[in-house]
Amino acid sequence: MKSIKVYGPGCKRCETAEAMVKDTAANLGVEVEVEKVTDPKAIAMAGVMSTPGIAIDGKLVHAGGLPDAAKLAGWLSA
Amino acid sequence: MSADITSPPQRAPRPDWVWHLGVVAFVVVWWLVYQQLIPASEWITALFPIARHSHTGEAVAFFFYDTPKVMMLLTLIVFAMGVVRSFFSPEKTRALLSGRREGVGNIFSAGLGIVTPFCSCSAVPLFIGFVSAGVPLGVTFSFLIAAPMVNEVALVLLVGLVGWQVAAIYLIFGLSIAIVAGFIIGKLHLEGWLQDWVRDIHSGANTAAVMEEYHLSMTDRYRLGIEAVREIFSKVWVWIILGIGMGALIHGYVPQDLMVRIMGAGAWWSVPAAVLMGVPMYTNAAGVIPIVEALLGKGAALGTVLAFMMSVIALSLPEMIILRQVLTLRLIAVFVGVVASGILAVGFLFNVIF
Repeated sequence: MKSIKVYGPGCKRCETAEAMVKDTAANLGVEVEVEKVTDPKAIAMAGVMSTPGIAIDGKLVHAGGLPDAAKLAGWLSA
Repeated sequence: MSADITSPPQRAPRPDWVWHLGVVAFVVVWWLVYQQLIPASEWITALFPIARHSHTGEAVAFFFYDTPKVMMLLTLIVFAMGVVRSFFSPEKTRALLSGRREGVGNIFSAGLGIVTPFCSCSAVPLFIGFVSAGVPLGVTFSFLIAAPMVNEVALVLLVGLVGWQVAAIYLIFGLSIAIVAGFIIGKLHLEGWLQDWVRDIHSGANTAAVMEEYHLSMTDRYRLGIEAVREIFSKVWVWIILGIGMGALIHGYVPQDLMVRIMGAGAWWSVPAAVLMGVPMYTNAAGVIPIVEALLGKGAALGTVLAFMMSVIALSLPEMIILRQVLTLRLIAVFVGVVASGILAVGFLFNVIF
């Protein structure tokens, strides 16, 4: 079970990023728990400066814009 | 795990040179189509049962010429800037700015504001990220002012629709306002006017997580450019159509002497009025520039129109509401006051010179 956090104040791209994470995990058959972090304070504390940001098991792997689909699959299956 | 970040599993990608060729071919086709816009717009206008030189005819022709023109200019430039921006990131910009002295730092910061990817929806995390890493408050503000105000969409549309001279003036004075306003805010030492929790992060030992950089090929960068185009069109096309529609109405129906009376250089109050009107209007450069074009064409003074445009783009109510989470009202008031004064100064200056 991977714990995934998607950081974003609620813009359209952040929702898309969250959906991408869920879809990719489902396609790969990886069990994930996705948490959406919208509090600006928490986003800043995590070191995310451009949203959406994605952290997997506490490690920030992506910030700013939508993640590349192939790279996302790589992170999730690692 | 880090190995997977640098080399994710990928289907065999097309080599970079295929993309280079594709981009060159696209630019050539773009150029050929662009040359045909005037004949095409006249042809479409002629299909309507209206006299070409009537008010309606003028408005319709303006609309059918400007809409594809704006869309095409946007496509090319947003793509190019998407590729350029892939070489920059807020993280790199922060590293370049942290600990930098005010003055030089403000100049640097405003310049980086143009090329660093920025969306006003992440203004808060970016603000905190900068301030907590030791970027001085004034330098951070220079970035926050320049990033939305001096952007490629505004500049290119100005070049395409109004003229390169106006675009150059806009670039120089937009940057100047960002630099000077940030410098003044820095000199006022208003760090105490941040929201309490921001100060805690600032003084605390929280060092932001460092994300591993992953390598981008040119193909990846072109893809980012295409993504930027898709995004801007999904987000702003409504505003562009509205803006061009407004511009067309002004172009076709508003009489010349009315505009000279209201927005001409002779009416001193028109500059502050333009700034005030601009604040609640929330559109982006793409939507406001067709209006700017039409206003200038009708004899409105350059300074007044520039002030209006800068105010619409740089002073937006939604962004202030977002910034309220990190700044106290007093600090927001100072921010707005300083930026508005700069815009007023530019407006008056140009109305006197031209």
